[in-house]
Amino acid sequence: MSIEVADLCKTYGNQKAIDGISFKALPGGVLGFLGPNGAGKSTTMKILTCFIPQTSGTAHICGFDVQTESMEVRRHIGYLPEHNPLYLDMYVREALAFIGAIQKIDQTEKRINDVIDRCGLGDQQNKKLGTLSKGYRQRVGLAQAILADPKVLILDEPTSGLDPNQVITIRALIKDLSKTKTVVLSTHIMQEVDAICENVIIINKGKIVADDTLAALRSKHNNKSLENIFIELTGSHVHQAQII
Amino acid sequence: MISILFKEISGFFTSWVAYLIMAAFMLVTGLFLWVFPDSSILDYGYAGLDSFFNIAPYLFIFLVPAITMRAIAEEKKDGTFELLATRPLSDWDILFGKFLACLAIVLLTLLPTLIYYFSIYHLGITRGNIDTGAVIGSYIGLVLLGSAFTSIGLFTSSLSNNQIIAFTVAVFLCFFSFGGFDSISSIISLQGIASFLTQLGINEHYQSVSRGVLDTRDLIYFLSFTALFLFLSKTILGARKW
Repeated sequence: MSIEVADLCKTYGNQKAIDGISFKALPGGVLGFLGPNGAGKSTTMKILTCFIPQTSGTAHICGFDVQTESMEVRRHIGYLPEHNPLYLDMYVREALAFIGAIQKIDQTEKRINDVIDRCGLGDQQNKKLGTLSKGYRQRVGLAQAILADPKVLILDEPTSGLDPNQVITIRALIKDLSKTKTVVLSTHIMQEVDAICENVIIINKGKIVADDTLAALRSKHNNKSLENIFIELTGSHVHQAQII
Repeated sequence: MISILFKEISGFFTSWVAYLIMAAFMLVTGLFLWVFPDSSILDYGYAGLDSFFNIAPYLFIFLVPAITMRAIAEEKKDGTFELLATRPLSDWDILFGKFLACLAIVLLTLLPTLIYYFSIYHLGITRGNIDTGAVIGSYIGLVLLGSAFTSIGLFTSSLSNNQIIAFTVAVFLCFFSFGGFDSISSIISLQGIASFLTQLGINEHYQSVSRGVLDTRDLIYFLSFTALFLFLSKTILGARKW
């Protein structure tokens, strides 16, 4: 089991950001995390990447517990955070070399060249991160996540802000990576889930409302579009009715 | 930790602010020591760097917070702290790397002042007529002072994600820990513990080291002081895990 989450809870004051979620993820197929804003997707990811601790419940990545064996967990994951934080005054190669040094990778130069190729950063590689467009910055973030060749990839809205051409390239890359790695990504974009995800988890208000393969989910809901399934399960049509 | 160290140092020098800070420090010390008649060595007439070592701590009170203010505050503000915290790095790696980087920059700023030493060495009526032992002791004192102030600066930087607040609180804390205790100990009602209070302040220990004899009590004081604030900084950084 690459990712195992059991009864995870996170409470902020009186508010339960995550309320008893449990799921598993394995290599060989992208797991899509869907949910409305504020549902708990990013919070779950931050817990899985050892950034914040959970209030209760357990999470294991590659068999390591995120609370007690946090260093080991962090050696096995690649994480692309929601807002893609980058050191804007560094150059592309410099930033990758820095991450490479932290992760203690071998053959740094070769690996950086490899990753720059895969993420399509070839002609941008000697520019400062601050001068790159959003799409290229996103690619650098992704490059940083895959640099150490981690077994588990956790991507928080990886195609946010990209134009359609870039989106296609990144999706192809993610799908390719998922063949040998466990990939979890969070998104609002239904087409993305349709395009690359094998398994889907829908979260609403901190609870899992669906956890299935994409095909099974569709057949359970009479082959409706994913968007309609999402709206139905996350109850926003109720709010729409109230507004009208 | 080493990679953090190198990244911080090179990051510091990509911005023009770094050069400005270092130039300003050299300019002010130069003015005080060679131009202003009140404190100028040339008017004072004695071949010694006492004036420099008297004003240097007060300049450090502004210099060091300016160097450390962005260390953690900027990372928190830009979100890059999340980038570091989700890598196989311990909080100590991050903190100590930044501390050593800031200290290295403080030392780099101090380095050009060796020119003053060589100048007086050659300018004296008899060549070499300068108390080298005291100068070495004073430089060591300044380095220890720098490390104490750097730890304070890192602490305040970790408290807020606003660099100006980090700077201001650091200046206040540095000033208080340097000269504040001396002032408090002169309050008449506290005369009984006056000497205890002065020993809590940095000035007392800095003066002691500047004499040129490195007393282990002073060394332990500076190291403990630095360790205390580094520990406090680590606690603040770890607060996200409570």
